[in-house]
Amino acid sequence: MKAPAFAYAKPRTLEEAFDLIERPGAKVLAGGQSLIPALNMRVAQPELLVDITGLPGLSEIRLDRGVLRVGGLVTHTQLQLSEDVRTHVPLLAQAVEHVAHPAIRNRGTLGGSVALADPAAEYPACLVALDATVVVHGRSDERLVGASEFFKGLYETDLRAGEIVAAVEFPALKKDERSVFLELARRHGDYAIIGLAAHWGQDRRFVYFGAGVKPVFAARASAARSLEEAKDVLKDDLDPPADLYNSSTTKRHLAGVLLERAWNTLSKPH
Amino acid sequence: MEHFVEATLTVNGNPVRRRIAARVHLIDFLREELGLTGSHLGCEHGVCGACTVRVNGQIVRGCLMLAVQADGCTVETIEGLSDSKELGSLQKAFHEHNALQCGFCTPGMLMAAQDLLNSSSKGSKITREKIRTHISGNYCRCTGYQAIVDAIEEVINGKG
Repeated sequence: MKAPAFAYAKPRTLEEAFDLIERPGAKVLAGGQSLIPALNMRVAQPELLVDITGLPGLSEIRLDRGVLRVGGLVTHTQLQLSEDVRTHVPLLAQAVEHVAHPAIRNRGTLGGSVALADPAAEYPACLVALDATVVVHGRSDERLVGASEFFKGLYETDLRAGEIVAAVEFPALKKDERSVFLELARRHGDYAIIGLAAHWGQDRRFVYFGAGVKPVFAARASAARSLEEAKDVLKDDLDPPADLYNSSTTKRHLAGVLLERAWNTLSKPH
Repeated sequence: MEHFVEATLTVNGNPVRRRIAARVHLIDFLREELGLTGSHLGCEHGVCGACTVRVNGQIVRGCLMLAVQADGCTVETIEGLSDSKELGSLQKAFHEHNALQCGFCTPGMLMAAQDLLNSSSKGSKITREKIRTHISGNYCRCTGYQAIVDAIEEVINGKG
């Protein structure tokens, strides 16, 4: 199908961008890899697209005092090629390999994925597992929102009208910390049937995606002292909805499989 | 109401300046406005990869990019890369291996395969698994990938 008619503007300054974003019927366009299919299928019908890819200062990856700050407009490909990401946020480096395909990774952005909050997407779960902070820009202020507060529901985030995701701040992995990213999909690059972003340090956080309306922190399994205990209590952490091809029972089973794989990888001595 | 935006881009080395309706994606623009019908429009929502073109040196889904977003960009299509002979080795190998069934996906397959070829360092061996992963965004439905992987492997690992 063809997209409905809309106006298009590409602001060069934040000031200009916020003027446009505040107009009725305006929608922010970043990489467009989810928005443009939605337009083509006429699921989205904005009056004005505000292309923010020309804005300065949102495409950098910077390490500063134990925090890796990744700009909202950083593409999946940029993440994939970043030495800093591989060294300091290896979970994200593993996750990006599962995000769609090369042609899509060249345009899709971290900020776009975070702002959309697809329940089966990789990054939201990584943000929650890593206890990352979302940097939200509005016209007059900047807000810092913890990942677990940012993702609120099905495609629902803490973003208010007229705000954009300027960056995400990830705590750099410490010496005694490890992480692993696992995903099961029908075809490499497709959205997950179910997936797991796991962080293992002083705190343990097992966070599932494709398992609910938003990233699901498996609190009981994360606090368990053994794999057997974790697998046993996981059933109380998860109630995954069925999708077109997989029942809830299948997803539960697969969640246990991923838990076991993650646990065995992470608990091995360095 | 249709909104038009003036855009200037380079397509296969030629400067193009047009007033483009904002809602038109890059593939419809290339095919219908410029007559470059080598890039195919399949699913039109980013799944099939038949519309793969190169923008500023990187492959993209042409159906997931508005034509007006290509303002100021360099766009290369299957026509351009065929004429420049960049795709010559792959095209020969696809031909020799009969690496297609209906052929609808072929332009996109070639663009994706050439991308892997360009991004691989010379002399390093690329596994079939890696090839399959790289073209996974171009799977269509004919299941004819064995011959496609054979062809790409031959060129990429220098047996061609």
